[in-house]
Amino acid sequence: MTLKQVVDNVAEMPASKKAVVDVKDLSLTFQTTDGPVYALSEVNLTIEEGDFVSFIGPSGCGKTTLLRVIADLEKATGGEISINGVSPEDARQARAYGYVFQAPALLPWRSIESNVTLPLEIMDLSKEERIKRAHDALKLVELNGFEKKFPWQLSGGMQQRASIARALSFDADLLLMDEPFGALDEIVRDHLNEQLLKLWARTNKTVAFVTHSIPEAVYLSSKIVVMSPRPGRIIDVIETKFPKDRTLDIRETPEFLEIAHRVREGLRAGHSNDE
Amino acid sequence: MTQVKLDKFCLVAAVAALLALIFPLAGVDGDTGKQVAFVGDIPGLAIAMALCVIAGAAFTWIGVRTIFHAGILLAVVIFGGWQAVDALYEYGVAGYAGLGFWLFIISLWAFVWRAIDVIANYHSLETVKQQSANILVPVAFGVWLLFVWEVVVSGFGVPQVLLPPPSMIGERFVSSMDTMAADFYQTFVKAALSGYVMGCGSAFLVAIAVDRVPFLKRGLLPLGNMVSALPIIGVAPIMVMWFGFDWQSKAAVIVIMTFFPMLVNTVTGLNAAGKLEKDLMATYASGYWSTLFRLRLPAAMPFVFNALKINSTLALIGAIVAEFFGTPIVGMGFRISTEVGRMNIDMVWAEIALAALAGTAFYGAVAYVERKATSWHPSFRVRRH
Ligand SMILES: Nc1ncnc2c1ncn2[C@@H]1O[C@H](COP(=O)(O)OP(=O)(O)OP(=O)(O)O)[C@@H](O)[C@H]1O
Ligand SMILES: [Mg+2]
Repeated sequence: MTLKQVVDNVAEMPASKKAVVDVKDLSLTFQTTDGPVYALSEVNLTIEEGDFVSFIGPSGCGKTTLLRVIADLEKATGGEISINGVSPEDARQARAYGYVFQAPALLPWRSIESNVTLPLEIMDLSKEERIKRAHDALKLVELNGFEKKFPWQLSGGMQQRASIARALSFDADLLLMDEPFGALDEIVRDHLNEQLLKLWARTNKTVAFVTHSIPEAVYLSSKIVVMSPRPGRIIDVIETKFPKDRTLDIRETPEFLEIAHRVREGLRAGHSNDE
Repeated sequence: MTQVKLDKFCLVAAVAALLALIFPLAGVDGDTGKQVAFVGDIPGLAIAMALCVIAGAAFTWIGVRTIFHAGILLAVVIFGGWQAVDALYEYGVAGYAGLGFWLFIISLWAFVWRAIDVIANYHSLETVKQQSANILVPVAFGVWLLFVWEVVVSGFGVPQVLLPPPSMIGERFVSSMDTMAADFYQTFVKAALSGYVMGCGSAFLVAIAVDRVPFLKRGLLPLGNMVSALPIIGVAPIMVMWFGFDWQSKAAVIVIMTFFPMLVNTVTGLNAAGKLEKDLMATYASGYWSTLFRLRLPAAMPFVFNALKINSTLALIGAIVAEFFGTPIVGMGFRISTEVGRMNIDMVWAEIALAALAGTAFYGAVAYVERKATSWHPSFRVRRH
């Protein structure tokens, strides 16, 4: 930890929590042939260790872009960003990220199992350890029994689950998930939501999670970030006070409905802006 | 009245076979002024024609609906073909074939066509059956073509210098086995294979190196096109001057021919991996070599195999043609050029057959490895469910 960060921690943090993602005045403009696209503008956000942050907002508001900047797949054109106190580049080199992309991105020549062990191979884990972890991760997403199948033999939703297993397998501290459950049916989605919550409660991982579903966002998160397009920006940040070991029942509570309402209002406001 | 759908091919076969029984089998011998042969004198042929009439008539009504029906047709054709060849060579019809004979061949043709059509459309979930059907179609078609070649050439009495019948080529092939084996070893094993391995191997390694230099990557394609346009006829004599008469100069020609297809394909293939997959590797902080071996090379494999297949044909052509420009007294190209001069056309054809066999086997072997190595590729998934 750098000295500056220690000072920051003491000065700003109410509790002893440390900032995993710290974004200040971040902007990103894509220069395209049709002129500049302001994907992100003046974004300020702190994600603390153990946070579960959901990003919600209309299509094209920069959710994916923000995740990509955090993961060092895209360079910001303005502002500052630090991950665990270091640059995104250094954090990436330190393998801080487990990224679930919007599409499964499985390698077609590898079986499901060896797709899941891919990051473990790159990180030079022993063979037994790789197989064991792949087995556990696949079990978590209920894909045990499909180890030897190839991606094209699985349905789209199963492929997406495999890609989630791959991101979980190597135990990164920061999970970046871009609409991971978008392609799944309601029941599987509920189940995976529960699994993800359990994992989060158990491991104190930090999760950044993109979704289009308000109930999903409210159910999962400790913090909901509502975004709006053109230019992509944050219009509301809502903290929820549900315990980490929440169950699906909280969806019936007035508190839940109230937060959902607030998110919906935020989304409406964002939408009406561009009319 | 119910409308019956007639099987047209079988109808044609039946009518043609019936007419074959009526029209004269063979022409008139100029010396004796008599017809060379009559159907009535050749019981086997008469039976075959009658069978064609019966089978044709029967299947016109019931249709060729099952693989079993197609099998019956093929059996009739095999028997008929055998009798036709017998008539040609044992009863002196060769060179004098008449309208009756050709009508019979047309009848057989219609049967074969229909039978192959049915087998080609055969679908089975049992792999063994499906694969046998898949193999039977090209084999039956190939054998039929050879048969047509045989009867047309000897039926019309085409001079052997122009085109010998396949049976003669086959005989020459078997009787000159020693020479052909030596030629094969010289041209295929020594020249073509070594040139192929060196050309493809070096191009592959160079491609990986070039991939790291952006300006080379862009400059390569036009250069590659230029080199592929180089006439092999111009390059071959120069290579003979540089590397001598033996196989080394031929291998050099092949290296030149195969290098650029492989280079250009591999460079293209190395950029075939999707952006998302590259991003994925980046989030794992995967290094250059790790990404190369785990992502980019596997993604490049379809392109690499494409080049390997193109080059397998180029290599053999290159080796044979290069031998026209100086060679020790062995080799397929050498044999072709000298035997043409001696009017030993059957030997030339035997060498051509050898080249075709070797080329097909080589290509087939590469395609087989491709199928095993890139079975994940969408183009191979179709029949594997
Ligand atoms: N590589 C790029 N080049 C140019 N413009 C881009 C690029 N990537 C994204 N954009 C633009 O940036 C804006 C934000 O895109 P982004 O993918 O972050 O949206 P999103 O919020 O993830 O949308 P969705 O919910 O549909 O996934 C869009 O207007 C998009 O067109
Ligand atoms: Mg997106």
